[in-house]
This record gives sequence, C-alpha cells and structure tokens, in this order.
Amino acid sequence: MLRQTTYLTKRYGVPEGWTLPVYERDGGYQQAKRALSMPREALVDEMKAANIRGRGGAGFPMGVKWSFMPWPPKPEKPHYLVINADEGEPGTFKDRTIMELDPHAVVEGCIIGCFGIGAHAAYIYVRDELHLSKARLWGAIKEARAKGYLGAKPFGIDYPVEVYVHTGAGAYICGEETSLLNSLEGKRGEPRLKPPFPAQSGAFGMPTTVNNLETIAAVPVALAMGGDAFSKLSDLHDQKDGGCRLYGVSGHVNTPGVFEACVGLTLRELIYDLGGGVKGGELLGVIPGGSSCPILRPDEVVNAPDAKSPLHRWHGKNVLDVPMGVETYRALGTMLGTCCAIVLNKNTDIVLAMHNLMRFYRHESCGQCTPCREGSAWLFRILDRMVQGEATMEELDRLHEIADNIMGNTICAFGEGTAMPALGFLRKYRKEFEEHVRTKGKSGTGRLAL
Amino acid sequence: MTKFALSPDREKHVEEILSRYPNRQAACIPVLHLCQEQNGWISDEVVEWVAARLDLSAAHVKGVVTFYTLFNKEPVGKHQVWVCRTLSCALRGADDILHHCEKRLGIHVGQTTKDGKVTLRTAECLASCGTAPMIQVDKDYYENLTTAEVDRILDRLIK
Repeated sequence: MLRQTTYLTKRYGVPEGWTLPVYERDGGYQQAKRALSMPREALVDEMKAANIRGRGGAGFPMGVKWSFMPWPPKPEKPHYLVINADEGEPGTFKDRTIMELDPHAVVEGCIIGCFGIGAHAAYIYVRDELHLSKARLWGAIKEARAKGYLGAKPFGIDYPVEVYVHTGAGAYICGEETSLLNSLEGKRGEPRLKPPFPAQSGAFGMPTTVNNLETIAAVPVALAMGGDAFSKLSDLHDQKDGGCRLYGVSGHVNTPGVFEACVGLTLRELIYDLGGGVKGGELLGVIPGGSSCPILRPDEVVNAPDAKSPLHRWHGKNVLDVPMGVETYRALGTMLGTCCAIVLNKNTDIVLAMHNLMRFYRHESCGQCTPCREGSAWLFRILDRMVQGEATMEELDRLHEIADNIMGNTICAFGEGTAMPALGFLRKYRKEFEEHVRTKGKSGTGRLAL
Repeated sequence: MTKFALSPDREKHVEEILSRYPNRQAACIPVLHLCQEQNGWISDEVVEWVAARLDLSAAHVKGVVTFYTLFNKEPVGKHQVWVCRTLSCALRGADDILHHCEKRLGIHVGQTTKDGKVTLRTAECLASCGTAPMIQVDKDYYENLTTAEVDRILDRLIK
C-alpha cells in the first residue's frame, strides 16, 4: 500500500541540507552518540528487529549480517566496515541522491555500523563518476571530524572511528562485494570465491561487513525509532522485510524520479501514483529492480495456491498489485533488487531493449569466468544479428541454451544477473522475438525512445 | 622516454592517501587517478612511476590500469564527453543525443576532435536514470537533456 514517508529524504530540497548544521537541527548524530554507549549486543539486536533487508539488491537482513562478525575482535585482526556505493545497476539511481543530499546520514550510519561490528575504520566505495557525491561525503566527514564526532574519541567516548571515501575507476562488477574488496585493496576488480565470506576474510584479509549505502543511511533512523517500530512501518513486517526505503522509477513514465515510501509499495503504485503513469501508450513490461531482475508483464497473474507461499495472499491477483518485497518478488520468479523500476511502453521494441542490456553485460563482464565472458558476448552477438534482421529461429533457441550454460557456472552472481533477465525477456516475449526473426526485424518498432 | 613525476602538490596528496589504508597497494587506484589528472592518460612511464612509488610490480599496476574503463590507455582530448546509452537513457532518447553529438563534433564515438579539445565516448549506466537522457562532461553531469541544450554544452567546449 502506498504510504509515502520522509524519514530518509527529510533534507532533500532543504537549502544546504547536506551540511552539519541542518543535519544537527534535525537531531543528527544523537543516535551515533547513543549507540557508542550501548552494549554491542543490544545494538545488533535492535538492528535485527528493524528487519532492514540489504538495499543493494540481494536483500540480506542487515542485522543478521552484522552478527556474523567474529566476536570479540582480535587485536591482530582489525574489523572493517565497507559501504557499497558503486551504484551502477542500470535503472538504479537512489544511493546517489543520499550522498548528494544527505551525506551526514551516511557518516552517522558508519559510526553506528563500526561500533556494531567492532570496526574502527569504514571505507565508502563510491564509483568514480559521482564527483558531487564524493565531494559531499568528504565534506560531511570533514565537518564531523572538526566537531569531534569522528577521530580518536567520538563524542568524547573512547572508541576511535575513521571514515574514508574510496573510489573505483569505472567497472560495474565492483558493485559485487568481493570484487569491490579487491578494488579497495588496489587490485583488478575480479570477484573472489566464497567461502571465505567477508565476515571471515574481507578487506585486507580481515573480518569485514559490506553494507549498501542506503542500508547504512537507514540505520540512524531505525535506531531513533526503535528497531521494531521501524520494521512495522512495512506492510511486510511479518515476512521480516521492514521499514521504509527509496524507490526509483525511470523510462517511459511521466514523472521519473526517486521516492520514499514504506516497504510494501506495489509496482502499480510506483508506476501510476509516484511515476505519474506510463508515458506514450500502454504498459508493455517493467523491469522491477534494476536490469538484473527479470521483466514482468502487466498481464501476469499470481499463481500461489499453496498457503505457505509468501505470495498466497495475492493468489489470482495481477503481479502489479503484489507488494514489492524480497520474499514476494523472489516467489514471483524475479527479484526485488534495488527497487528502481524501468518502465517500457507498448511502442518499445523488446528485441532492442534486450540488445541494449546484453550489450551492457558484455561490456561489464570482468572476464574471469569463461561461461560469463564468452556467454555474455555470444548473447550480444546473436542479438546484434537479430536487430540487423539476420538471425534465424535456431539462433533464437541458442540464446536460451547460452543463458542456461552461464547460470550456476561462475564465481559471482554476475552470471545469473545476465542469464536471468535474458531468459526473462525470451520466455515472456517469445511471440515478439519469433515474429521479429520471421519478419527480419520488420515487426518491431525499431525504437526504444518515445 | 620522458620521465614522469607528480607535481609537489599532488605528491603531498599521495602521502595523505597512504595514511588511509593499512598497506600501500590500496592507494593504487587513487594514485592512478592523481596521475591521470596531471598527465591526461596512463602512459608506461606513469605505470613505472606508480609501481616504484607504491612498491608494486609494474605488471600489477598495468593490470589494474587495463581493468578499469576510466583509465585512459592512450592520449585523449582536453574534455571527455560521455553519453550514457544504457536502457533508461535509451528509452528517453540517448541514441538521438549521441548522434547529435557526433554530428555537432564531426567525429564518431571513440574519436577526438582534430583540435584535440573533445573526445566523444559512450558510457554504461551513470546512475542518472531518473533524469535521462544525460551526458557527463569531465566531472559534471548534465541531465534531462534536449539536443538544444547539448548544443549549448558542446559549444562551450569547442569554442
């Protein structure tokens, strides 16, 4: 249900909203001060109760992740907090708004996070292109340090915390947490095999927690409200998917942008109420949470007769009316991802849309695993032929086969992130693809733009 | 072969960067950014210098440079124009923006204008989907673009 909130976006649009005086006027840094005086266990319990599911796409419960850190920390094995702000998933543009408009929430979240996981240093990994984001974060760090909120004794409490901004150099794969860690360490951003997981061996071989930027920015709000109360903002509190979060909508809508609402918003509300409706015609499909999430069709109906299914409550309803949650969307066969939807209207050439995204994946595959490196290139080459009107039916079927052979055969989830949306396009728009091949491309509009 | 060295100002910055990390290798990417800012691209001399400065092998540094899109492996124009062409931008006219840039600058993607002022490139998703179409010029984002606005931006660069 649509319930817009302003917990995370309160300072958006406020003059100088990114500066310390404005943040403190709203009670900023009170929660960090409080957290540093709490027993660690109580803080982690509070975060578990908040049911903040990772906002970077995987949806892992944040408090549980914090509790995976070895305890107590050993002096020879310092812990690290690493914040993933390598925002680059096509369709996703929410973390950038926080960094630009409310960087102090990130810094305060980092102080609380460091204490929660036993770390004394946090690295915020920001993609290099986001120059304003980096400047605003560094500015906030400088202001906080000048006030004594960071450094040897934050708020006069003997728990040193330093926060740094680290930048990449243009590689989507560095949003994958182990690749990000390699990049932080000054290496090529190639993903690592898991296990060991970052909680055992992460940054510099030390126990590390990697949290998404929006996730950490929500921490001060959740702590102020109390974990349970924060979680109950959500319609999906019973599925342990709590709080409020940022939603984005882009593509063929009248008012694209970032909006804050309680967890449990439906796609229909995101597209029509917040996004102002589909621009230039009816809805063809929607990619719900960044390009790695398989596309949904507006005529799909939920089939969940099993009472144990997280979708059972919406059995028989249209997919657009299912609350957007980690479990509900997984059960739908897609993913919640980053909650940033890409909307396609009826005039969109679906073959071109898939071609566009597969070009992206071919460009961004790190090249470490053969099925992904070769597979993403083969997918793109066949689609390129299809766009030129040269592909055969046999090649259309081969797309399925290639995608199937990427799945499960790679070190990181990039492989699935390529194959799953590819299969989504092919299965749900099979008729359109066949028609395209049969007519040598004449059945499509040949356009993506309005 | 001309030797490369960072300017004293930037060299001071290297020391500050090194203080952030538990080892020298972690400074590799930030220091490469500093070098590129000064030199415009990462030549073999820059690779050698960074390797020596951070106690790394030149092979390691070269490996890093070739992995990341934003490190220029050859000289580029004074200004970098990046046109985002990924789906959200494409749905709102990125292709038209790109063709317009090519026409206006008289070059194709990947090329530099004859006077060396502008290199035109395509970017994959720049996290600006809600304000598509967009381009990045050096460090700045220009969003919600029309071709008329693109003209104004490019004119400032090429005059």
